[in-house]
Amino acid sequence: MTLRIAAALAAVLAAATPAAAQTYPAKPITMIVPFAAGGPTDIIARIVGEHMGRTLGQQIVIENVAGAGGTTGTTRTAQAAPDGYTIMMGHMGTHGAAPALYPKLKYDPTKDFEPIGMAAGTPILIVAKKGLAPKDLKEFVAFAKQGGDKLNLAHAGIGSVSHATALLFNASIGTKPTSVPYKGTGPAMNDLVSGQVDYMCDQIVNVVEQVKAGSIKAYAIATPDRSPALPDVPTTKEAGLPDYQVSAWNAMFAPKGTSPEIVAKLSDALNKALADPNTAKRLTDLGGVLPEPANRNPAWLKGYVAQEVARWTPVIKAAGETAE
Amino acid sequence: MDLFSNLALGFATALSLQNLALCFVGCMVGTLIGVLPGVGPIATIAILLPITFGLDPTGALIMLAGIYYGAQYGGSTTAILVNIPGEATSVVTVLDGHQMARQGRAGAALGMAAIGSFIAGCVATVVIAALGAPLTKLALLFGPAEYFSLMVMGLVFAVVLARGSIVKAIAMILAGLLLSTVGTDLETGQERMTLGIQDLSDGIDFAVLAMGLFGFAEILRNLESPEARDVVKGSIGRLLPTAAEFRQSFWPIVRGTGLGALLGILPGNGAVLGPFASYTLEKKIAKDPRRFGRGAIEGVAGPESANNAGAQTAFIPLLTLGIPPNAVMALMVGAMTIHGIIPGPQVMEKNPTLFWGMVASMWIGNLMLLVINLPLIGLWVRLLKVPYRLMFPAILIFCCIGIYSINNNPTDVMATAVFGLVGYVLFKLGFEPAPLLLGFVLGKLMEEKLRQALILSRGSFSTFIERPVSGTLLAVAVVMLVLALLPSIRKGRDEVFTE
Repeated sequence: MTLRIAAALAAVLAAATPAAAQTYPAKPITMIVPFAAGGPTDIIARIVGEHMGRTLGQQIVIENVAGAGGTTGTTRTAQAAPDGYTIMMGHMGTHGAAPALYPKLKYDPTKDFEPIGMAAGTPILIVAKKGLAPKDLKEFVAFAKQGGDKLNLAHAGIGSVSHATALLFNASIGTKPTSVPYKGTGPAMNDLVSGQVDYMCDQIVNVVEQVKAGSIKAYAIATPDRSPALPDVPTTKEAGLPDYQVSAWNAMFAPKGTSPEIVAKLSDALNKALADPNTAKRLTDLGGVLPEPANRNPAWLKGYVAQEVARWTPVIKAAGETAE
Repeated sequence: MDLFSNLALGFATALSLQNLALCFVGCMVGTLIGVLPGVGPIATIAILLPITFGLDPTGALIMLAGIYYGAQYGGSTTAILVNIPGEATSVVTVLDGHQMARQGRAGAALGMAAIGSFIAGCVATVVIAALGAPLTKLALLFGPAEYFSLMVMGLVFAVVLARGSIVKAIAMILAGLLLSTVGTDLETGQERMTLGIQDLSDGIDFAVLAMGLFGFAEILRNLESPEARDVVKGSIGRLLPTAAEFRQSFWPIVRGTGLGALLGILPGNGAVLGPFASYTLEKKIAKDPRRFGRGAIEGVAGPESANNAGAQTAFIPLLTLGIPPNAVMALMVGAMTIHGIIPGPQVMEKNPTLFWGMVASMWIGNLMLLVINLPLIGLWVRLLKVPYRLMFPAILIFCCIGIYSINNNPTDVMATAVFGLVGYVLFKLGFEPAPLLLGFVLGKLMEEKLRQALILSRGSFSTFIERPVSGTLLAVAVVMLVLALLPSIRKGRDEVFTE
């Protein structure tokens, strides 16, 4: 009985599946990365995309469409034909913080996309210039509460990961520093190393070598576990700020209306890439954290995006920093 | 002695058959994309990034670095022969290089550019090897205030540099500064002067502006007056510069190399300033500054050396600090991280073969480029002897492909066409586009650094004078401005510059 229903269901499904989905992919797939080549999201997209291309039997071509904090490329994906040949690598900013940062945003991260799956996240660290007085996070929090406006916070521009995560950090310790905007994390790091600015929040890949060399110091890493790349840096939980948990996550999305079969094929290819020891090692070598096996599916990502939008909106609105 | 054993290790790495081949491929590809107007190293390196997955990191970086400095070489070819600066750094080469070409001395200009670049490249390699680590400390002295003052000095250079009427030059610089403010405000996120067009929210791309004002406008000019194309038909002259030209160029090469190497180390794309600074210096100290802008070989030798030296010393902040000074270097960071090497202060100790292998490969690459380029100059020139009615569609197409490849954005191509028309009108009215471009390049950085410096000083302007490095730079700028405006000198200047 059950078997017959299943067979009937399968037949119906097969009939409903457009021929396009069965032969998919018949040509190379474009993956839009809404940031400049060479950044953390781009690197993760290239590493994962290379393995996925082998599974799918078609190359995945990375197209960097940078601009407006990643929203230009994301808008373009949202408006692309939902045929599975245009997908994107979104991240914490484009699919989490953007709706609050850009009031005129032309897409809705929760409604205009078919989630494919989480690729990898990179942990956020709270780092400070070498000569700053506080020795650990507790001292820093006390220090920041006393003379908040004397502190200079560096970030990589309105809407960047370093900006949004710093807003959340400041809100959670109750300080209002003077923020100094830079164009990109490179120049910001330069001024942190030379001591022009006091602290910043940034992704592990951007800070790991500076911390190891002692040219800046790290107060804490905002993940549940310590990172093997920087085993001496305590987690925020250990350092006394358990609520500050953030990751610059990167996840794959297709435009709304992409057929479920195609999404399933892409999701499957993504999971095969993450399961491949070589690809996984490449990602973790960068300091990347792979999603838990239970979280490697489109449904989980859908819920996560909704959660993230709900989490960032009040923080950014409270800080009153938006891009128009 | 350490230096020698390190360099020996580097050469042993770079001279392996595989790395030699990769270096050669990189230099060839780099020269080619440098020659093609519009197709720049950023797009090329981004496209070739996945190909390097299968290589070992040292080989991959040797190839990518070869593309980068190869493109600097190739870029001067287009600047001299076609009057199109493909990169911010070859804007100055256009001024005298193209004039030389019009006079039938294209060969000498190209030859001197190649030789000057080679000498600069060799010196810069030694600078990276010997002084990389200590010079990094110098770069760290430059905070926002120092950087702003350096830019002010650059703008004063620009005024002195301009041809024609000084009023027009200042107008163009100001127009460039204004154009640079288009886009999202750094601090508040407000959109400025974008006319509600989304694609303008990140401002105008340098390549779009340069390609429009120089490339497209030049094509329009050429189509208007066919006889102006004597460059292409005329003889290119001998390739090897004469002994007299060598003598004239020797010191400009030395000075250009020094200036370029120094400015290249600075964070925030200081390499852009090298050629401008070198050109201004040569013009200032020349016995007869009138020759500049009319085909002076010093105006090619100095800036080209500065350009190449800066392109190479730009690796210093990347290799020693892990901080990329410009977009190409940011891409190199990406290439390194893909291979599991995170650039930073420890690369030198943890991956000595990578660091020293790359340094040594630069010297080898420079030698290769000289060998590739000198015989190829004849080929490039013959390419340009193709009738113009066949040439200009090809140039236009390459420009369009190049511009599209920067952001994969069709609006950029349209914007270039608009700037092409603007450039043509400016030419008709006797305005020089070079100061506009310089104002544009410096404007972006200047605003950013000015605001950062003022935020850090909590609004006090005295920060620019109180900080010693910044104060000194401003003092130099003031002295130069006063010299340029002193009545006796100004009288001479007006005679020189008003045509």
